[in-house]
Amino acid sequence: MRTKTAILIAALGALHLALLCAGFIAPYDPVAQNREVPYAPPTRLHLHDASGWHLRPFVFRWTLADDGYLEDKSHSFPVHLWTTGSSYKFLGLFETTRHLFSVDSPATVALFGTDGFGRDEFSRVLYGGQISVAAGIAATLIALLAGALFGVIAGYYGNWTDQSLMAGTELFLSLPWLYFLLGVRAFLPLHVSPVRTFFLLTCVIGLIGWARPARLVRGIVLSSRTRNYVLAARSFGASDLHVIREHILPEVLGVLMTQATVLVPRYIAAEVTLSFFGLGVNEPVASWGNMLSTLQQYSVLVSYAWLLAPAGALVITSVIYALLADVVQSRLEFQQPGN
Amino acid sequence: MRYLGRTLLRAILLLAGVSILCFLFTEMAPGKFFDELRLNPQVSPETIANLRSRYGLDQPLAVRYGRWVRSAAHADFGYSLAYNAPVAPLLWGRARNTLLLTTTAMLLTWLISLPLGVWLAARRGRMLDQAFSIASSFLVSIPEVVIAVALLAIVVRWRLLPLSAGPLNTEGVSPWTHVQDLATRMVLPVTILVFVESAIIVRHVRASVLEVLETPFVQAARSFGIGQARVLFRHVLPAAASPAISLFGFSLAGLVSGSLLTEVVCGWPGLGPLILEATLSRDFYLVIGGIMLSALFMVGGNLIADVMLLAADPRIRTGALDAH
Repeated sequence: MRTKTAILIAALGALHLALLCAGFIAPYDPVAQNREVPYAPPTRLHLHDASGWHLRPFVFRWTLADDGYLEDKSHSFPVHLWTTGSSYKFLGLFETTRHLFSVDSPATVALFGTDGFGRDEFSRVLYGGQISVAAGIAATLIALLAGALFGVIAGYYGNWTDQSLMAGTELFLSLPWLYFLLGVRAFLPLHVSPVRTFFLLTCVIGLIGWARPARLVRGIVLSSRTRNYVLAARSFGASDLHVIREHILPEVLGVLMTQATVLVPRYIAAEVTLSFFGLGVNEPVASWGNMLSTLQQYSVLVSYAWLLAPAGALVITSVIYALLADVVQSRLEFQQPGN
Repeated sequence: MRYLGRTLLRAILLLAGVSILCFLFTEMAPGKFFDELRLNPQVSPETIANLRSRYGLDQPLAVRYGRWVRSAAHADFGYSLAYNAPVAPLLWGRARNTLLLTTTAMLLTWLISLPLGVWLAARRGRMLDQAFSIASSFLVSIPEVVIAVALLAIVVRWRLLPLSAGPLNTEGVSPWTHVQDLATRMVLPVTILVFVESAIIVRHVRASVLEVLETPFVQAARSFGIGQARVLFRHVLPAAASPAISLFGFSLAGLVSGSLLTEVVCGWPGLGPLILEATLSRDFYLVIGGIMLSALFMVGGNLIADVMLLAADPRIRTGALDAH
């Protein structure tokens, strides 16, 4: 159990670290176009050529033939590590040109192939992951903060506050969320800068989702409000704020943790779905959703299977989060004295 | 009966709440339907002002809401600016296609998942059960977008099905070819929906059946020599029905809203593509109509589930009586 948790947390950490350091790991700028190689298949890494085996992997250039791309075997280009390339801001803070790997021009290394504009799919998956995952996490934070706030208020103060807040949760729970999200999006400007869309999206997704965490938190607050130590603290004259902070919030934290592991992948998927429809983050900024939206054309879907890479990344992320949610859930049940 | 009346009243209040929420959002929205016309130099500002007043867009929010409620009472649900027609008939034409798709998918899902869940619970711990539980936990965590796109890719790649988008043609074709056409076009979206829905239902059914299998009355039934199948379906399943009924309510609730993504991906002429289009052209009465219709099903599905639970589970019945 413990090793499983450790492995999952390590995998999750590695995933997020890779996305955080997208600029370093990605060999190219995500918006840099290379019109000479549209829809190029993934570059093959070779270790063996006519002169025998090599320790350092190398690549060949793609050349366009009549029936698709062929490798130009006349020249081999070794893959270099720790190289310099296009400049980017590391962690969004300081400017650098350092990259994990690259090949000498004119060859290019596109591990997941290229899209219709010849942009490197591998770099775009990393940069797009930044947007999609950040949207998921930010929306989760908003939903959990609002949910915890209203849940604690409803559970702690009870009476009409509780009733009106719970009526509110019922209202939000009976919303068809994808339709409602589309509706809200319909009321927002269509062509706005990607940064603003990003903020609007995360706020809207997060604000629609406050109801379920609020209900769960309320349930826990209701039961912990009548515990003896809480009653004791109140009889000693502790203020509401003190009681909530010291005695009630720690109990709520477990539920918030499980909810976070459940909500983050769901909200990542929500962002992906909206961008897939063309209502989310716009081109040229990459997000997993708008990268997948080109696949709505059957011809692209048939011929260029490597463009499914963002879907693969999304699946990996979701599965890791789901496994973690299982683990967190069972640990929490184990700890709870009632069960 | 009082319980029923109260739930019904609550459902109506919820729908009113949803509509108010929608209108509040239209008020906060910076974009308006005639914004694109305004960019056109051939359209004078007066024309736009005329149009706005004709559709009542220059009125304050409360007045617009009042008008909308009146039009909803006449079963129009507002006026679509892009289609230049009342919303309700537009929605209904598409909602029929959506319901055709989703009810088929729902029936198939339940026909598959209910027996499968019971069967897996009866074979707990065997190879097949374990394999399925791994597969289903994997399937549950995959987002719907990915399932839809992946299945579409498989179908398109190996040309398993003829794919065609566009409206369903009924004129000039014999009923038989129409049914055939419909069936072939429904295979992919129905498969996607079944994939998305069934894994979670199987898991819940299996879990609740397992719980009941451990109770003494099942052992008693077995000791009387009642056969396995009869024990499972006659004795265990009714006792394990409550979670399944709640889930069935969710299925009903999602009949209109659950298939949006699938419809768009497969080009099924249902409500989904219509609302997506309306969103893009900010035809907001149409969008609100779509939201209201799906909210109606959400609330109605939960209501039906409540009633079914009431009928199926005596504990709830007495509990409901106790509360009053």
